[in-house]
Amino acid sequence: MPESCDPVPRAATEASLRASMTDARISRRALLTAAVGALGAQAAARAGLAGRFAPQAPTVPSDPTKVPGAPTSELGQRSPFERPRRIPIGNNQGTSLTPLQDLCGIVTPADLHFERHHAGIPAIDPHRYKLLIHGMVERPTVFDLEALWRFPSVSRLHFLECSGNGTPSYRNIRPDLSPQLVDGLTSSSEWTGVALATLFREVGVKPGATWFLAEGEDAAVMARSIPMSKAWDDGLLAYGQNGEALRPEQGYPARLVLPGWEGNANVKWIRRLEIADRPFQTREETSKYTDPLANDTARQFSFVMDAKSIITFPAYPVVLPGKGWWEISGISWSGRGRITRVDVSTDGGRHWAPAELQPPALPKCHTRFRYLWNWDGQETVLMSRAVDETAYVQPTLDQLRNARGLGTSYHFNHIRAWRVHRDGSVVFGLEG
Amino acid sequence: MNVRARAVLAVLALLASGCGGQERPTFGFGRRATADEITAWDIDVRPDGVGLPPGSGVPSQGAAIYAHKCAACHGATGTEGPFDRLVGREPRQGFPFGRDPRLVKTVGNYWPFATTLYDYVNRAMPLDAPGSLTPDDVYSLVAFLLWRNEIIADGAVMNAQTLPRVVMPARDRFVPDK
Repeated sequence: MPESCDPVPRAATEASLRASMTDARISRRALLTAAVGALGAQAAARAGLAGRFAPQAPTVPSDPTKVPGAPTSELGQRSPFERPRRIPIGNNQGTSLTPLQDLCGIVTPADLHFERHHAGIPAIDPHRYKLLIHGMVERPTVFDLEALWRFPSVSRLHFLECSGNGTPSYRNIRPDLSPQLVDGLTSSSEWTGVALATLFREVGVKPGATWFLAEGEDAAVMARSIPMSKAWDDGLLAYGQNGEALRPEQGYPARLVLPGWEGNANVKWIRRLEIADRPFQTREETSKYTDPLANDTARQFSFVMDAKSIITFPAYPVVLPGKGWWEISGISWSGRGRITRVDVSTDGGRHWAPAELQPPALPKCHTRFRYLWNWDGQETVLMSRAVDETAYVQPTLDQLRNARGLGTSYHFNHIRAWRVHRDGSVVFGLEG
Repeated sequence: MNVRARAVLAVLALLASGCGGQERPTFGFGRRATADEITAWDIDVRPDGVGLPPGSGVPSQGAAIYAHKCAACHGATGTEGPFDRLVGREPRQGFPFGRDPRLVKTVGNYWPFATTLYDYVNRAMPLDAPGSLTPDDVYSLVAFLLWRNEIIADGAVMNAQTLPRVVMPARDRFVPDK
């Protein structure tokens, strides 16, 4: 039984991801070595659909109706047959990727939500937690968790996506990439917390305030400048995720959630909000998270994540066992609002047809799409193209490269493609 | 101005403020932050120099600290890695980062503000002991890196007055997204 949860060997995965995410350190030789290793694994991983189940089958009775079952428990566990796993990469400045191909619906289980830390996960005692709001305010104020919980609460479903998500689909494209390796830096959750507007009204923002600094309590003291307009619009100070307290790696005990905006602006472990009349120009909005353009400038404060989609089935390393009816399934999302349409092409982009949008199609949230496809057994390419409520259409790879150039490092929202071979194997990219 | 005119002006001012004389109600949650609490956490440094503490440093002092605390990650001369390359002015002409994925962004060729260097080193470096540097240490390291990037002279003193006046090569390259 082939491995199902690690589509490519860990070493190859890490090497290739590090290579693609840190251009500075990439060498041609390292990339080739990683690719060769991964392709070998692909041959060994001809999986079939059963490949998703755990390789070592747990012991179960031949007929579960003939033996009493297990008792209740304090804390539920996944079936031992199910082993969805993030792929962690790098050290405490690293990332881990959500196994998009193992998920259904739109909610990402909190323990599978992607990670991106700038100096590791801090350990924070909720009893000692404080949030300071100061600067251009009438009343500089400290809130503890109990104070935050007393405010009227808000719960909303939103995606969070790292602005570097999709890097492996932009440069040095390789066929042996799973949805997790292509786009695993996006997740969707129900977030619960206090509207930032509520907190800012409480402290009395002074006239002329246009930006605020959001600063975390991690070892990077991660800081970003955020326009006040986002706070008045829909920004949250969140303490809950999918019905429970935030996980430590998601910002426990409190974080910013700025719906639709690039992940790093959603500062985790939030401890300080300083109101001001200009941006602070931190490292994370100058040296990093800026987008060089073809006209010798760099775009700054490009917060919004544009509309995007990816087919998560069928996708590498799945091998379709035969022709006939298959449901193509995937996720789509836009930082500008609702997804209103997803088109699917099953012939490499020559023809497009609208997919079913699985309700609910919520604003700034993963939206599941489905498309029934009768595969004739011939080689072809599957693609998806999202449209949002502003009529923005997910661009092609060529369109994005022409607009941004090859050197850009963030906001890779172009159309993804999967090539289906006659033997049923599926690989990433047009050139598979 | 007579009393009546003052009263009229006061009413107009209240109307202009949009609250019609009513204080916007608050919940009264939380407590007033003390000056000490704010000072302890208010570490950001802005391009206009607001937030820079007293202290100073020159490149030669920074070189010694760099060799001891930074070189293992950023290389002996700031160019070798394995982590972010800090030194380098290539290409001298233009700003072609969007076109050429092989170009490496450094402090010298990409950072628009020298003050950001103080802010970041102070808040997050070194990786294994963040927040451990004194203001003199940080000024010295910033001076060293600016000198290595050929932006200031080797004898230049960096302090709260001089650092905000340093003009970075990439200063005018950044445009806000619309």
